[in-house]
Amino acid sequence: MAAALEARARGIEVLLLDENLAPGGQVHRAVGGFHRPEPRAPGAAQAREGLRLIEAFRASGAEARFGATLWAVEEDRTVTWSEGGVAHRARAGVLLLCPGAIERPLPIPGWTLPGVMGVGAAQILLKSAGLLPEGRVWMAGQGPLLWLYAAQMLAKGGRLAGILDLSPPGGWKRAALHLPAALTAPGYLLRGLGWMARVRRAGVPVIRARALAAEGGERLTHIVFDGRREAAELLLLHDGVVPNTQITRALQGCAHLWDAAQACLRPVLDGWGNTTRPGVLVAGDGAGIGGARAAEFSGRIAALEAARRLGTLTGEQRDALAGPLLLRRQAELAPRPFLDALFPPLPAADIPDETLLCRCEEVTAGRVRAATALGAQGPNQLKAYLRAGMGPCQGRVCGPAVHAVMAAARGVPPAALEGLRTRFPSKPVTVGELASLA
Amino acid sequence: MFRRSGPTDCTIAWEGREIPARAGEPLAAALLAAGIAAFRETPVSGAPRGPLCLMGACFDCLVEVEGVPNRQACLVPVTPGMRAAPQRGARGAL
Ligand code: FES
Repeated sequence: MAAALEARARGIEVLLLDENLAPGGQVHRAVGGFHRPEPRAPGAAQAREGLRLIEAFRASGAEARFGATLWAVEEDRTVTWSEGGVAHRARAGVLLLCPGAIERPLPIPGWTLPGVMGVGAAQILLKSAGLLPEGRVWMAGQGPLLWLYAAQMLAKGGRLAGILDLSPPGGWKRAALHLPAALTAPGYLLRGLGWMARVRRAGVPVIRARALAAEGGERLTHIVFDGRREAAELLLLHDGVVPNTQITRALQGCAHLWDAAQACLRPVLDGWGNTTRPGVLVAGDGAGIGGARAAEFSGRIAALEAARRLGTLTGEQRDALAGPLLLRRQAELAPRPFLDALFPPLPAADIPDETLLCRCEEVTAGRVRAATALGAQGPNQLKAYLRAGMGPCQGRVCGPAVHAVMAAARGVPPAALEGLRTRFPSKPVTVGELASLA
Repeated sequence: MFRRSGPTDCTIAWEGREIPARAGEPLAAALLAAGIAAFRETPVSGAPRGPLCLMGACFDCLVEVEGVPNRQACLVPVTPGMRAAPQRGARGAL
């Protein structure tokens, strides 16, 4: 949205395609609708920013299509998307992709049982439909979103049986090194500490745990951790978020690299957001996790670069306009190394063999390790041994976990493995949708 | 599992059973609010599954909507009177 606003201000025609049903992405989802925190409630300041952005976007004259799923990008930047079962095509002078983030998978034994969900998923239910968890509800994992959601749902009258803190020990010690940089943007830290304090005040038990498993038949009934067994109706897992690279990885010639700090793949970009594919840019968390405000600045910076490419700005004009934005983005990113050190992704080597890694094709960590021992070098070769990553999710969910498990099994750094390639259509397409293109 | 903090304004049918819903909310939210945890059975082992991500990534929320299979319940908005059913077995050509 920020990019569309900036582009419109430079006189560029904008077509925005959004798979969601309304503007706002995941963070500003349903803001002003169901997501309307009380003035002092957790997440309220962010909601106000979101509302301002959406209002400005609506007045900007950008053409927007919601419920529009992009599933193919051709060499000449012709994009194909589906909307309500009908496919459409359009050619872009410049294509700016803003695929956002998805939750990093936290594979544990039994995580495929109904009743086990992501913390981000529960937050979407709260924002888009006002749903609050009830009954024996547990949260497990680590990361800022876990604490934000816990604080949000408690403020709205939700209940929690407990939080299992799975963060590797020594986090604060590791993170202390990055504290000075993080303190240049103290708002982040204070908000985070505020969420934690709210959870503790509510009397929710916070338990340090290591091994966790979910149990049940038709649905979740129990969780087991460190020898304890507790009744559970809902288990919400979280281990941070990673860039959604489903579209960019399917683009021929769009290079990606393994980000060791955030343990995920991200597209190779220059400071403007240009990928290695001419005329295709990426902005926001899809380029590397930076949060909603950094995403806003990246979007505007990329829009200025788009304007230069389209000839409505000269190089100097772009530089002059982008200067302050680049500085503000840098300030927003200052706390990231601290957070990355505090919440390093959970180690893949600890995932028990019986855990399903690939949910679509039901492939366990043990089988992935066995295939690796037989000679599968990386996620792309693994497909020849097992169908991991070949189900409808195309590795969206299991990709980072399979990658990390194979690297650990081979005893090499994850960066040494080639990332799982994806293909178009990046979402299942019906015969009817294909026919509608003819 | 979940309770609503806001009102409903319509009903939808899940396997012919009427459940309350709110027009425009994700179909997955209406089902979860009605206590339905399992949305489908996997084609590989027949294991029950329910939504994981609510944002269109995991495909564990696949259901049949108005007789059309392979719809992601987290991305389909509720319309009054909508008919949906669990997706069982083969996912067919994708
Ligand atoms: S819940 Fe993951 S795709 Fe719908």
